[in-house]
Amino acid sequence: MIPAFVPLKILRYGFRKKYPAERFIPKQQDLKKSYDVVIIGGGGHALACAYYLAKTHGITNVCILERGYLAGGNTARNTAIIRSNYLTPEGVRFYEQSLNLYRDFSQELDFNILYSERGHFTLAHTDAAVRTSRWRAEVNKQLGVDSELIYPDEIARLCPHLNMSDHVRYPIMGALYHPPGSIARHDAVAWAYARGAAKLGVEIHQQTPVTGLIVENGTIKGVQTSRGTVYANRVMQAVAGNTSVVAKMAGFRLPIKTIPLQACVSVPLKPFLDQIIVSGSLHVYVSQSSRGELVMGGSTDPYGLYGTRSTLDFKEGLLGHMLELLPMLGEVKVMRQWAGMTDMTPDFSPVMGLTPVKNYYIDSGWGTWGFKATPVCGMTMAHTIANDSPHDLIKPFYLDRFVDYQQVGEKGAASVGH
Amino acid sequence: MSDVNRLPAPFGRLIDRSETVSFDFEGRTISGFKGDTIASALCANDQWMISRSFKYHRPRGVLTMAGQDANTLVQLADEPNCLADKYPAKNGLKVKAQNYFGSFDNDMARVVELVHRFLPVGFYYKTFNEKKQSWSFWEPIVRAMTGLGAIDPKADFHESYYDKQYLFADVAVIGGGPAGLAAAQAAAEAGAEVILIEENVALGGSLGYARFDAEGVRASRQLGDFERVLAGTKGVEIMTGTICSGLFSDNWIPLIKGNRFYKLRAKSIVVATGSIEQPAVFRNNDLPGVIMASAAQRLIRLYGVRPGRKAVILAANDDAYGAALDLIDAGLTVAAIADLRPTVPQTPLVAAVAARGIEILAGHGISEALYSAKTHISGAVLAPVTGEGTLGGGGKSVACDLILMSVGFSPAGQLLHHAGAKFGYCRQSDMFQPVELPAKVHAAGSVNNVYDLGAVIADGKRAGLAAAKDAGLNVASVPAAITEKGNVGRTHPWPIFPHDRGFDFVDFDEDLKYHDLINGIADGYDNVELLKRYSTVGMGPSQGRHSAVTSVRIVSRETGVDIAGMSVTTQRPPYTPEKFGHLAGRVFDPGRRTAMHHRHLELGAQMMPAGVWWRPAYYGGKADRTNAIETEVKAVRENVGLIDVSTLGGLDVRGPDAAEFLNRMYTFSYTKQPIGRSRYVLMTDNAGVITDDGVACRFHDEHFYVTATTSGVDAVYRQMLFWNAQWRLDVDVANVTAALCGVNIAGPKSRQVLQKVCTDIDLSPEGFPYMGVKMGTVAGIPARLMRVGFVGELGYEIHVPAGFGEALWDELMEAGKPEGIRPFGVEAQRVLRLEKGHIIVSQDTDGLTNVWEADMPWALAKTKPFFVGGRSTEIMGKMKLARKLVGFTLKDSGDPCPEECHLVLKGEEIVGRITSAVKSPSVGKVVGLAYVHGDDSAPGTEFTIKVQGGRRITGVVTKYPFYDPENKRQEM
Repeated sequence: MIPAFVPLKILRYGFRKKYPAERFIPKQQDLKKSYDVVIIGGGGHALACAYYLAKTHGITNVCILERGYLAGGNTARNTAIIRSNYLTPEGVRFYEQSLNLYRDFSQELDFNILYSERGHFTLAHTDAAVRTSRWRAEVNKQLGVDSELIYPDEIARLCPHLNMSDHVRYPIMGALYHPPGSIARHDAVAWAYARGAAKLGVEIHQQTPVTGLIVENGTIKGVQTSRGTVYANRVMQAVAGNTSVVAKMAGFRLPIKTIPLQACVSVPLKPFLDQIIVSGSLHVYVSQSSRGELVMGGSTDPYGLYGTRSTLDFKEGLLGHMLELLPMLGEVKVMRQWAGMTDMTPDFSPVMGLTPVKNYYIDSGWGTWGFKATPVCGMTMAHTIANDSPHDLIKPFYLDRFVDYQQVGEKGAASVGH
Repeated sequence: MSDVNRLPAPFGRLIDRSETVSFDFEGRTISGFKGDTIASALCANDQWMISRSFKYHRPRGVLTMAGQDANTLVQLADEPNCLADKYPAKNGLKVKAQNYFGSFDNDMARVVELVHRFLPVGFYYKTFNEKKQSWSFWEPIVRAMTGLGAIDPKADFHESYYDKQYLFADVAVIGGGPAGLAAAQAAAEAGAEVILIEENVALGGSLGYARFDAEGVRASRQLGDFERVLAGTKGVEIMTGTICSGLFSDNWIPLIKGNRFYKLRAKSIVVATGSIEQPAVFRNNDLPGVIMASAAQRLIRLYGVRPGRKAVILAANDDAYGAALDLIDAGLTVAAIADLRPTVPQTPLVAAVAARGIEILAGHGISEALYSAKTHISGAVLAPVTGEGTLGGGGKSVACDLILMSVGFSPAGQLLHHAGAKFGYCRQSDMFQPVELPAKVHAAGSVNNVYDLGAVIADGKRAGLAAAKDAGLNVASVPAAITEKGNVGRTHPWPIFPHDRGFDFVDFDEDLKYHDLINGIADGYDNVELLKRYSTVGMGPSQGRHSAVTSVRIVSRETGVDIAGMSVTTQRPPYTPEKFGHLAGRVFDPGRRTAMHHRHLELGAQMMPAGVWWRPAYYGGKADRTNAIETEVKAVRENVGLIDVSTLGGLDVRGPDAAEFLNRMYTFSYTKQPIGRSRYVLMTDNAGVITDDGVACRFHDEHFYVTATTSGVDAVYRQMLFWNAQWRLDVDVANVTAALCGVNIAGPKSRQVLQKVCTDIDLSPEGFPYMGVKMGTVAGIPARLMRVGFVGELGYEIHVPAGFGEALWDELMEAGKPEGIRPFGVEAQRVLRLEKGHIIVSQDTDGLTNVWEADMPWALAKTKPFFVGGRSTEIMGKMKLARKLVGFTLKDSGDPCPEECHLVLKGEEIVGRITSAVKSPSVGKVVGLAYVHGDDSAPGTEFTIKVQGGRRITGVVTKYPFYDPENKRQEM
């Protein structure tokens, strides 16, 4: 019996003369005339969906069309936090399933995504925030999710670096503590799904923008691309940031506003911050990555935009609040900032499943919470496409809920605390 | 002196030899001069190794001397990742090297290099996942190895002083080299107000350290000319030692100088940031002793430091020969020049070098740097170039302690990237260049692919005039773009010579060797963005300054994609890392205090945050909390209490359409509301969700004073403006929250107290009934009075101009003395209102609560055509209620009081939650509000509450108010 800690697979690199290269996805081929399923978008959700279509449902005649490079949108831009401490039972069940898939991910996909449980703390600075934290903790516990409302003494013990002083603008009054809160290498998640899907026969086409959709009698027939027309029995769109634009091509509107969300990282530091710290009142979240960088973000921008420019205001506000929480970081430096586009829904829950166009499916409304849902989205959307019927876990997230007054209100658990 | 490498004057134009400084580096005392950087002083003291590399912990020394590389990042006592080649040497500094285990000289983590074959590109994705436990075993080890500088979390929190200042200019010129100087001068002469920003302590850029002629006089002469002209030019503000860290939309420019963060708004910008010298790839190209030619020139000319004793130069351009002459002038031996070019053009500089008897090997490269002591190089192996990236065997070893790389440049185009410029590859010069600039942004000099000094100055002048014109100044004509740029033959297209035995670094920050990139591409990550993410090339502190172009070249060759169609990965702000302290500045986020704040403190109040305000929670010691609250409740119920309600939102709505406006904004009806009366207001949004409440007091046909919740008033005000922008009703809305302050005097004896200070108002029950409002004076202070019932007793809210707040408080406290008046806080008010069953919006409602769920259909006007959220409310009124807000008590009086947000269960299903609950002093039992299942809302129905520890207790739906159900007391 070889102990688990011997990294066996690495030996083949050292003992071979030539590097045993393995393309994670094959070189790009010509597009076929038609596929069983075409997926618009080549981010984490799309790749995961393709993987589960092939693996679970045996549908391998699948084509992914990515406008730029693989996983270069919000998959590349998010801050890689994984958690399931949501507010609604619908949300908690959904994200908990995602977290469970993440836990086994590195083994199932044979790709180490550096999944790391760090403990997630949502700080409460007001009575109202303490109440919401208790609400979330109670809902979580009832549904078997590890979550607890803790108070300043306990916070100080678990997060010794936080400024727990009363003499700040927003003293810390409590926190929602979620031990399973994790971080992972976001790009690796997408690459692993891409490799897994490609191995099962899925075609992945980068630099192939979709320019139009072919809809006849309310049924999707295919897509037009920069490289010609491709026919398909079923089509899914998973294009965070451009969701409304693509849906418009299909001929329907969505209750989505696209708003930039920005983030930044510090110059690498020796690890000192083991936890994921979030403060809704201060609009701050921070964790320290496997590279030693502090990964930081805040709330979405104050106005909508289809663009990913960076702003100075964002950094000024964020770091001002950061220093209130961690005042010893004044001499630490920001190394890089960037932005992604988030599709915000009125109730802070996603929009998933069937659409007004037959055989056309949507995975959208991923606001600021898309990365953590990647595996479960892939799994449930694959089920939805394969059966032309929504998976039980995503039924509450159907598009017409806004017309039916059946919103799934996650604002209390989603804003800032991604 | 220990600074053995110090050259005599005139070398060292930045140092002041009359003043010495000394500091500590790794326990060694380093002496230098004022004007030295930490790095230049270290080099002067023969301390070449400054840091350990990220992955293999290889020794690293200065590379650029320009603050462009991660090699010189050092640790100060209170600052990690400090650029040693920028940070001034100061007396008493404690400087440590970064990223070593054990001792700096014998870093134990050097063993990582021995197993480098087992750590291929992205190795961590490929292993440690054999079993689930593998990663939990390895992760802490990998994590412990990561990072560079350290912060000491145990250190006392020190808060450095940082602040901010705004600046304005017609033209901002970024970069004080020849192009920037020419641009500033031209723009100023055209009448523009110019701010010239230079990151170094002195102006001049390459004029300060580079050599343009065999005699070595042109640069200083040119710089002198500029200085003379600028001194006589009006309108140029020069900011040296100032870093421009980004370019944001609408020419919004962050500048960092000392502890101040400037934000400059310029009408137009000239970016003259120059270029970044690029390294060559060969074995051991990362070790101390291998530096850029420009770094050697900076050491010599700026700091008077001899960069070594015997040098080999790897050349591919004329600049190498200027550097060779500088070395010779500084007394170094140049052992050989290996020139990658098959034939060396006979320029004046080359001729001058040849004339000094230096061996020039045309068509030669360096295959490896040799080392003996492991911390510095000791020689170079020179070999003939046999093809693109290949060298012939049997290279010749040359002993040396210095290798200069002079093989090419890349534009320092980060700021242009931030501004949205597009770059393309120029085949003639083998460099990227800006091909599309945003409006009102200009590029000049080598960042614009112009290299010849005369052309650079002409380009600067062109850009300066163009920028002045953009800024609205009268510029007769802007010269055409420069055509003779002198950029050909500056940059070698393939200075990349991989070695069989590796350690041929492409990225020094990330310790990436040539084959790491090749293997990454072979793994399928075959475009520059994917390769960056997979291999981490360009992700280190220098953000690809020295690796981006090399990796583009490699990807192009490996994939067969023409480099002309490629671009480097996106450059994002900041250009130079910005301190958190700079960005934060002095945070201005004031907490608001009411006019009576100091009175509360004097009375021993515990203050709590309420929205943006501070309010008294209760009066008394923290230990005495429960007792204090109960006493306050009792005072109001039995006697008289006084609470500060200044934080309550106040909105004056005036105009002929005021009533109609409220009719549309709120659920109730206001058109027939009598003057002198108040009505409840309840606001819903378009989805029918309750968003705020308060009362509307009609003081005049065309004047309503509307209250809103403390935390909701700003949103209510915004909503009012938002809607009326569409309705165009004839109303004016003013948010008077902070203009007025107020108290609520409540309790059976409140009338009795108020009568003493209120002479012009009839306070009798008939003259001033419940829900009545009046204007008058209280203790001589002009006041708005309202009879309200939030706490369920006879009571008056008195709102007065904020300036009279303290006087009002004092008068009432004094007048109430005989009655035993007591101040009460928010906590007592919460109990009092809950006993009366009044909801608090956002506590007893949430993001989805509608009027029906809140059981408030009584607040809906039956016969009005419209209000915001009305249609949604109407639709939802016909749907089956999933949940409903009810009053409750506990079945078993021995059960504990549930906490807010404990769950209401039906079986194991979550159907609701407790929103408010209290052990009521007045009723003597637990009372509260809760959401229960829609089917379980009838009074008397029992439901399950899950309390602390998972225990289930039984609640009973109870009609409320719990206290004084007939409302007799408030209507006294």
